[in-house]
Amino acid sequence: MTGALVPFEAEVVGRKDETPDMFSLQLRFTDPEVQAAYRFTMGQFNMLCLPGMGEVPISIVSDPDEREWIDHTIRKLGSITKNLGRLEVGDRLGLRGPYGRGWPTEAAEGTDLVIVTGGLGCAPSVSLIEYVLHRRGRYGRLHIIQGVKHSNDLIWRERYDAWRQHPDVEVYLTADTGDTLWPWHVGPVTQFFERIAFDPARCSVFICGPEGMMRAVIKAMREREVPEERIWLSMERNMHCAIGSCGRCQLGPKFVCRDGPVFTCRELAPYLWHRGV
Amino acid sequence: MKVHHFLARDRFQTLLDALGAAGYEVIGPQVRDHAIVFAPLSRVGELPEGILDEQAPGRYRLELTDSGRLFDWTTGPQAIKPLTFAPRETLWTSERQPNGRLVFRERPPEAQPTAVIGVRACDLAALSIHDRHFLHDAHPDPHYRERRRNLLLVAVNCQRSAATCFCTATGDGPRVQHGYDLALSELDDGFVVEAHTREGQAILDALETTPARHDQLEQVEAGLERASAQQTRRLPEGALPELLQAAVEHPHWQSLNDRCLTCGNCTAVCPTCFCQTHVDALSLDGQTASHDRQWASCFDPDHSYIHGSVIRAERPQRYRQWLTHKFGTWVEQYGRSGCVGCGRCIAWCPVGIDVTEELDALSKAPDDALAKAPDGEETP
Repeated sequence: MTGALVPFEAEVVGRKDETPDMFSLQLRFTDPEVQAAYRFTMGQFNMLCLPGMGEVPISIVSDPDEREWIDHTIRKLGSITKNLGRLEVGDRLGLRGPYGRGWPTEAAEGTDLVIVTGGLGCAPSVSLIEYVLHRRGRYGRLHIIQGVKHSNDLIWRERYDAWRQHPDVEVYLTADTGDTLWPWHVGPVTQFFERIAFDPARCSVFICGPEGMMRAVIKAMREREVPEERIWLSMERNMHCAIGSCGRCQLGPKFVCRDGPVFTCRELAPYLWHRGV
Repeated sequence: MKVHHFLARDRFQTLLDALGAAGYEVIGPQVRDHAIVFAPLSRVGELPEGILDEQAPGRYRLELTDSGRLFDWTTGPQAIKPLTFAPRETLWTSERQPNGRLVFRERPPEAQPTAVIGVRACDLAALSIHDRHFLHDAHPDPHYRERRRNLLLVAVNCQRSAATCFCTATGDGPRVQHGYDLALSELDDGFVVEAHTREGQAILDALETTPARHDQLEQVEAGLERASAQQTRRLPEGALPELLQAAVEHPHWQSLNDRCLTCGNCTAVCPTCFCQTHVDALSLDGQTASHDRQWASCFDPDHSYIHGSVIRAERPQRYRQWLTHKFGTWVEQYGRSGCVGCGRCIAWCPVGIDVTEELDALSKAPDDALAKAPDGEETP
């Protein structure tokens, strides 16, 4: 048996620059059996490996029904992600996964969805939105709330425009700082919560982004009496192993890599409100 | 009913010989650099005869006495953690072939049957915790598993305690309880020996022993009681997970800022700490690479680094993580506390921080004037 920590070889089958510092890689395991056996759910992640440099956890952003390749959208933040950005079609790298517990896409069926994204972490929620829109009949109203620091940080504007055209979909965009051509709102994401129409008793709130924003959204959702077990958060922590062994991603008693990265607000309530936990 | 045997002191070499004859590499306690460490052992003369350890917060000293006993020391800095969870090991290597393809190869350890002599009750309890961490999950660790299944453990019932010991408070000692193959209890003229497994029995059968006398068993019991009675350190009453969760904003944590050096000594000597750093290295020609894992410490700021910031940037936050994990959140993860009462973190802390004292301070209601309410608006 090969240990869970050993990557498999994968090949870059597609790449695209999204912004000057963001790119997408389309990967496929070179062993057809490994590729055929690979299954994931929305919100899970893979470990991408450049031998000799290291590994990074990256969210999977393709659709789980897409069996030919696996998509990742990556921001160039450190040496590994910068070098991943230099890969070309045909290049090889290491890949292992999927890991963790993703979004509760089945438990959320039949409910109104509120997807709140803050800061720069929008790729995982964009793929979640696409997943929902491809299975539109399974879900109620869809509210998409995206906050960015600066209006320049919003990528994929055309997708947001396209989503608006769907029935029962509302899109709210806001920036902490907007330039003169920013047609949307300025201020925190929470400004929309009073006006959006959803059923607090039958809704699912998905939050992805900085923890400060998460806390603000949770407070606003509590005011609307959304139960804490209907609010899900996708957390980020330092990870080296992705299987609950290296101990680095601990958040209270949770291993974010294994027990998360998606948690209910109830699970994390004792830890979310304290600095440096 | 276990049968107890007596092995005379002058026959102790036969135990080492029997283990060697059965194919085991024998590891045992020896004095190196003024400390007891576990190292390969072939002659009884290499054992720390007459050595006592004097331990206190921030202090570890060996003392030569004329007792003639081989196991009157209690704990060295090492435990047996390095024998199963290697301080640094290669998990896999990769090779880039001329056609551009990458080949990844797992590097399982070349473990050989190893017998460890002198394992204490606290060490066995720690090993059992590591079994839960490394083996009983969806992804059992092949490196740990290979080393672990090659171990034969010759335990020792402690007949004295160091001042830093508090295994009676954690319920893990001084009597060895489970997970050993053979147990020794040392008397002045020899050892009461008891086998706990078939492998242990096979070794015991090869020794020239006599049935242990009633008075010898009584001496062992008296020694265990003496060891228990020597322990003065206690843990706070009640459930520590709840205590620590309630104390998350306790002002006492701030006092660690002026004391804790965040050196990580406590995590290095702790027999249950399992945190890791994974390190990659590329060969000079760029064609091969290795992926190693080494011990890590939650006292290292890098431990919680995440693109551009450190989650536990402040020293008290890192101490809080260590103590809260060890005594609190560990219970939800592994069904018991992560502390086995060995006291190593107390003795090897260069400034003598004592976990039992810190827990005691945290169990007391904070001065209201100092208590700071958690601020829900704060962003890490």
